[in-house]
Amino acid sequence: MSNSPAPLVLEHTPGLQHHFADMEQQRNASSLGMWIFLGTEIMFFGGMFLAYLVYRMWYFNEFAAGSRTLNLLVGAVNTAVLICSSLTVALSVRAAQLGKRTLLVTLLALTILFGLVFLGVKAYEWDEKFTEHHVPGYSFHFQPESPEKPVDQGHAQIFFSLYFAMTGMHALHMIIGVGIFSVITWMAWRGRFTPEYHTPVEIAGLYWHFVDIVWIYLFPLLYLIDRRPHG
Amino acid sequence: MATAVSIAPEREHYLNKEYGIRSWLLTTDHKRIALLYLVSITFFFFIGGFFALLIRLELLTPAGDLVQADTYNKLFTMHGVIMVFFFLIPAVPAVLGNFLVPLMIGARDLAFPKINLLSWYCYIAGGILVLHAMLTGGLDTGWTFYTPFSTAFSNTAVVEAGLGIFINGFSSILTGLNFIVTIHRMRAPGLTWSRLPLFLWSHYATSVIMLLGTPVIAITLVLVVLERAFHLGIFDPTRGGDPLLFQHLFWFYSHPAVYIMILPSMGVVSEIVTCFSRKRIFGYYFVAMASIGIAVIGFFVWAHHMFVAGMSLYAALIFSILSYLVAVPSAIKVFNWTATLYKGSVSFSTPMLYVFGFIGLFTMGGLTGLFLAALGIDVHVTDTYFVVAHFHYIMVGGTVMGYLGGMHYWWPKISGRLYPEAWGRLAALIVFLGFNLTFFPQFILGYLGMPRRYWQYPPEFQVLNVLSTAGSTILAVGYLLPMVYFLWSMRYGELADDNPWDAAGLEWKTSSPPPTFNFDETPVVTWEAYNYDELPTPQEVHVEQ
Repeated sequence: MSNSPAPLVLEHTPGLQHHFADMEQQRNASSLGMWIFLGTEIMFFGGMFLAYLVYRMWYFNEFAAGSRTLNLLVGAVNTAVLICSSLTVALSVRAAQLGKRTLLVTLLALTILFGLVFLGVKAYEWDEKFTEHHVPGYSFHFQPESPEKPVDQGHAQIFFSLYFAMTGMHALHMIIGVGIFSVITWMAWRGRFTPEYHTPVEIAGLYWHFVDIVWIYLFPLLYLIDRRPHG
Repeated sequence: MATAVSIAPEREHYLNKEYGIRSWLLTTDHKRIALLYLVSITFFFFIGGFFALLIRLELLTPAGDLVQADTYNKLFTMHGVIMVFFFLIPAVPAVLGNFLVPLMIGARDLAFPKINLLSWYCYIAGGILVLHAMLTGGLDTGWTFYTPFSTAFSNTAVVEAGLGIFINGFSSILTGLNFIVTIHRMRAPGLTWSRLPLFLWSHYATSVIMLLGTPVIAITLVLVVLERAFHLGIFDPTRGGDPLLFQHLFWFYSHPAVYIMILPSMGVVSEIVTCFSRKRIFGYYFVAMASIGIAVIGFFVWAHHMFVAGMSLYAALIFSILSYLVAVPSAIKVFNWTATLYKGSVSFSTPMLYVFGFIGLFTMGGLTGLFLAALGIDVHVTDTYFVVAHFHYIMVGGTVMGYLGGMHYWWPKISGRLYPEAWGRLAALIVFLGFNLTFFPQFILGYLGMPRRYWQYPPEFQVLNVLSTAGSTILAVGYLLPMVYFLWSMRYGELADDNPWDAAGLEWKTSSPPPTFNFDETPVVTWEAYNYDELPTPQEVHVEQ
C-alpha cells in the first residue's frame, strides 16, 4: 500500500472514476471487490475439494494407486514454476509502487512467461494421460502396479475424473490470468501506472496469488497421496 | 402534487439525458441497468408463466390429453428453470436493488458500474442459451438436474441449459459483489450502519448468500456438463460415483437460493410498512439482524430436501432442528412488521395491499415449511403437491408480492409518473384472490397424496385441480394488469413530485426521476432510518400547500 496522504488534490487525477470521492475510496473498493471475488472462488473450488475428500475416504486404494502414476518430477517442476511466478508478481507490485516502469514491464512479462511454461507442461502431462488410457470414458484402462492389489476400474476413473476436473479448472484460471496480465503489461508499457495509481496491478496480483495457492493445494492432494516405496 | 407539473418537462434526468439504443445497451448508469433488467425479467416472467398455464391446462382433466408425458416433463422443467434462475432470483435485487442501493446510501453509482453492466450481459447470454436449449429439444430433468438422470439418461439439451445457468450465475455473483462493496465503501457521510434502511440490510444479507452459494451450483453444473460431454464419472453410480453428493452440492446453493428470493422482498416490506403506517419500524436491530440470521442459518438446512433420499437418521434430525431454527428470524420479521402497524396511521394504498398480501402468504408458506421440516410429516408429503403449494406460497406469495409492492411504491421515482391507484388496488386484490385459489387447493391435493410432476391423476382429484387451474387464470389477469397500466402511465400518468408518499429515505430526497448522478450534491445524513415521527404527516403537507 502506498501511503499517499492527500485525497484533496485528486480532482484531476487520471484514473479516478466519477462516482468515487477520492483515490483512496476507489482503491479500497477495488481491493475489497477482488477479495470478495476470491471468496467466491474458494467456494467454487470448494465443491471439487469436497468431492475429492469424500471419494478419497471411500476409495483410498485407487486414489493412492492413481496418484502414483502421476509424473512427480513434472508436477514438482510446475510447482516451482508457479512459485517463481508469484515472486515476480509480488516484485512487480513493488515496482509499480516505486514507479519503475521498465522493471515493472519486465517482471510482468516474466510472470506471463512462467504462466505459459506452466500451461505447456500441463498440456504435456494431459497428453501422457491419453496415451496411458487414463482419461475417463470408454477407452479407460488402469493397470495396477502389482497383480496382488486389484484396483476397481470405476473407482480409478473417479480419481482421474477429479484429476482432470481440478487441474482443468485450475488451468482455465491460469489462462484467464495470463489474459489479465497481458492487458496489465500493455497498460504498464503505455505508462498508465504511477506510484499514486496502480490498483490494477495490485488486484490482478491478488488473483494470480490465489490461483497459485490453489495449485499449492492441488499438488500434494493429487501427486503425493501415497509415495512410500511399495514392493 | 400538482405543483410539480410546471418544472418537470425541461429538467434533465437519467431517462431523457440520452436517447437511442446505444445509450441503453452501453450504459453504466445503475438506474438504466435496472430498467434493462426490468424489461428482460418481465420477458422471462411471461415465458415462465406461459409454461405454468400450459401445466395447469393439462391438469384440468385427469387424463393426459393436452400434451404427452414427455412434453409435460419439459413444461414443468422449463417453467422451473425460467422462473427460478431468470425471474425470482434476479427480480428484486437486479431491478429494485440496482435502482435503489446507490440512491438509498447517497452514492452516485454502484462501486463497479461496468461490472454492473457486465452482469446484465451475463444474464442475457445465459438466457439466450437456455431459451435456445428449450426451442431445440427442450429440457426434462426438472429444474433440479438430479443425477444420474441428467448425466446418463436424459435425451434433452442438458449441456446447453446447464451452461446457460452457469453463465447466468455470474450475473448474481457480480451483482452481489457490487452491492457489498458499495454498501461498505460508498455510504454518504453520516449514514452509519445503524442508520441504514432495512432494504439495504436485506440486500447485504442477500449478496452474502449470492456470493457464497452461487459458485457452488456453478461448479456442480460444470461437473454435470463435464460428465455428460466428456464422460467424467464424479456422480456416476456405475463407477462408484454418488448421486447423493450431487444432491448435497445442489441444495447447498438451491436452498439458500430461496433466501436470495425472499430476503430482498422482506426489505421492500420493511420500507413500505413503515411509510404507510407513518411509524418507525418496530425493533430496527432485530429486523436487521434477522436478515443476517436468515442468511447464516439458511446455509445449514439444505439437507431437509433429502430426508427420504437415504440419509443417516442422525443427520436428518440435525437438519430438521436447524430448519426449525431458521423460522425464528423469519418470525421475528413478521411480528415486527405487525407491531409496526400497531397504533400506526395505516393507509391502504396499493403497495401496502401487497405488503398485507406478503405477510399473510409468507406466514402460510413459512408455517407449512415447518410441517416439511418435521421428519414424520415430510415422509408423508415428500414430492407431493403439498411441497409445490408450500414453495409457491414462499416464492410467489412472498417474493412476487414484495416485488410488485416495491414496483408500485418506487414507480413514481423510477418513471416520474403516478400509476392509476384504483387499478393498482384492483390488481392487488385480483392477485391475492387468484393466488390463493391457485395454490391453496394444492395443499389439500398434496396431503391427499397427489404426487408432483405427473401429467395425469386419479379422477377423485379433479375438483381441486379445476379450482387450481381456474385460480391460475385469475392470477394471470392480476399479473397482466400492472404491466398494462405501468406502460400506460409512462405516457399518460400524472406527473409525480419528488416524494409522492411523503416517505423517509434518501431516495425520496432527489428528484423524480433522479438525475444521472443521483444527487446534485452529496447528502449528509443526520437522522435515523424511518424517522416518521419527525416528518409531517401527508395531511399536514397538504394544508401547507
